[in-house]
Amino acid sequence: MPSGARPLLVVNEIEAYYGRVCALHSVSLEVAEGSVVALLGANGAGKTTTLRVISGLLRPTSGSFEFDGKRIDGWSPDRLVRAGIVQVPEGRQIFAELTVRENLLLGGYARRDLGAARQEAPRVFDYFPRLRERLQQRAGTLSGGEQQMLAIGRALMARPRLLVLDEPSLGLAPMLVKEIFRVISEIRAAGTTVLLVEQNAHMALDVADRAYVLETGRVILSDRSAALRQREEVRRAYLGH
Amino acid sequence: MRWLRTRRRVLAPYVLGAAVLLLIPPLLGGIPGVAPGYVLYLVSLALIYAIVAIGLGILIGHTGQISLGHAGFFAIGAYTSALLTLRLGLPFVLALVVAASLSAAIGFLLGLPALRLSGPYLAVATLGFGLAIPQLVVWQGSWTGGSSGLHGLPPASLPLGALTIVFRTDQDYYYLAAAVLILLTIFARNVVTSHTGRAFIAIRDSETAARAMGVDLVRYKTTAFALSALYAGIAGGLYAHVLHGISPEDFTVLLSVDFLTMIVLGGLGSVGGALSGALLLTFLQNALTRLPVVHDFKNLYIVVLGAILILTIAFLPRGLAGVARSVRLRWAARPRDGASRVDQIVELGEGSGV
Repeated sequence: MPSGARPLLVVNEIEAYYGRVCALHSVSLEVAEGSVVALLGANGAGKTTTLRVISGLLRPTSGSFEFDGKRIDGWSPDRLVRAGIVQVPEGRQIFAELTVRENLLLGGYARRDLGAARQEAPRVFDYFPRLRERLQQRAGTLSGGEQQMLAIGRALMARPRLLVLDEPSLGLAPMLVKEIFRVISEIRAAGTTVLLVEQNAHMALDVADRAYVLETGRVILSDRSAALRQREEVRRAYLGH
Repeated sequence: MRWLRTRRRVLAPYVLGAAVLLLIPPLLGGIPGVAPGYVLYLVSLALIYAIVAIGLGILIGHTGQISLGHAGFFAIGAYTSALLTLRLGLPFVLALVVAASLSAAIGFLLGLPALRLSGPYLAVATLGFGLAIPQLVVWQGSWTGGSSGLHGLPPASLPLGALTIVFRTDQDYYYLAAAVLILLTIFARNVVTSHTGRAFIAIRDSETAARAMGVDLVRYKTTAFALSALYAGIAGGLYAHVLHGISPEDFTVLLSVDFLTMIVLGGLGSVGGALSGALLLTFLQNALTRLPVVHDFKNLYIVVLGAILILTIAFLPRGLAGVARSVRLRWAARPRDGASRVDQIVELGEGSGV
């Protein structure tokens, strides 16, 4: 991470509840502009809950957020998308009945202007040449890996400033996981900031500049990826050494 | 870039459709032994039902929100328009505008529970609405006419500058219904291919993904409900005037099921499908109740309705629109010299609504 880079997203001591169950205890994190930040942790650690809060789907009971220096507490999901926080939801939520082309078009939805969305297309096809070959195919007939590519491509059509990926490697063959992570580095190299939630700690720490480790709704560790790799507890719990 | 080219607006079907509607009355007059007035009256009813079906198609076919209560909106449009012209002497056009707006406003309100309900729960909620409206009409009998209904509506009229057209004959009303249907068909086509239409389709396919793309679910779900209620309200206002009178029996839950069958038969997610499904089903209904064999089996139509629903879902999941589409694709793919077949299939295969 270019140290000292301006934080694009700041999450300040948020608490969130599902009913009366506390899901997040005072979680704070920062995503520097131009970096890749990973959220690691086991099932139920609070990774997805954190993302739900960031994308406006779940209201935190306390705490605050800033995006690009502006307070964004209480913004609706669609307003956050227009501001530039675009999420690729877990489990490849593509529009199965529509063609690949129509899926991509809907990705530019928040921008209203089809002309502007059009300009993003070449970039998406550079990352995922296979999508260009399958433009007229119904998205539901794509393989799992292609659907994940489409979900990421569709999010890029909105030209996000912060791309949020929820478990992009879930259920994919190792070859495809590599390809997805190669693209994540390319996206970052092109200047888009990425927040990544992953169970695959190996891959996540390879691509991320910085990572936060969550456990039962708390941040228990945070550091540069290289440093985290060396930590005994991380190696044992998440890397399997 | 070529790959993003939006679909060309196709004029031909509208011109053809309008020409057919225009030619029906003179052609009917030429057939010996047919009373053109009565046939035109029946066709007008089919056109009016088609208006409801197109609106309901936007809600169910494009947005993926079920409604089993659209006869309720149809009734609201009919009663509002009838009461305003009959009791307050309002001009027909003004009464129709009020009826349509009231129906749309109530549609918006019914859309609010849809934000939290889905599938079977929403079906039950809208069914309750559809059941309640005729009951409310009977209960408020002192001004709604109760179960005997409202009768003797004044003829509809349309002021055009200095000229006022007054609708008196069945043929007049037929042209009125046809004109409104054509306008609302074009409007519906424009809506479903617009920015709003893309939001509807996104919600239908995946609410999670739609929200991730920045689609405001509250806004677009309520819009879809209001829009489909607007169509039903306009159709109801026309219905009251074509019949010159209405009663609560015209708006039973069975009518809501009729509307649903029309769009399923026609093909969900297609404006043309909703239109053709409505016309075909109304024709079937009239043909069946007129068959001499079944005079003593009045409810045969209901049995046939159920059978049509089941058979369509089992064998033609994309309805009449799906049949038309595969015929087009086959025609384009027929062996010819020089042309690349695959290219043409791809060309025609584009666009399932976006």
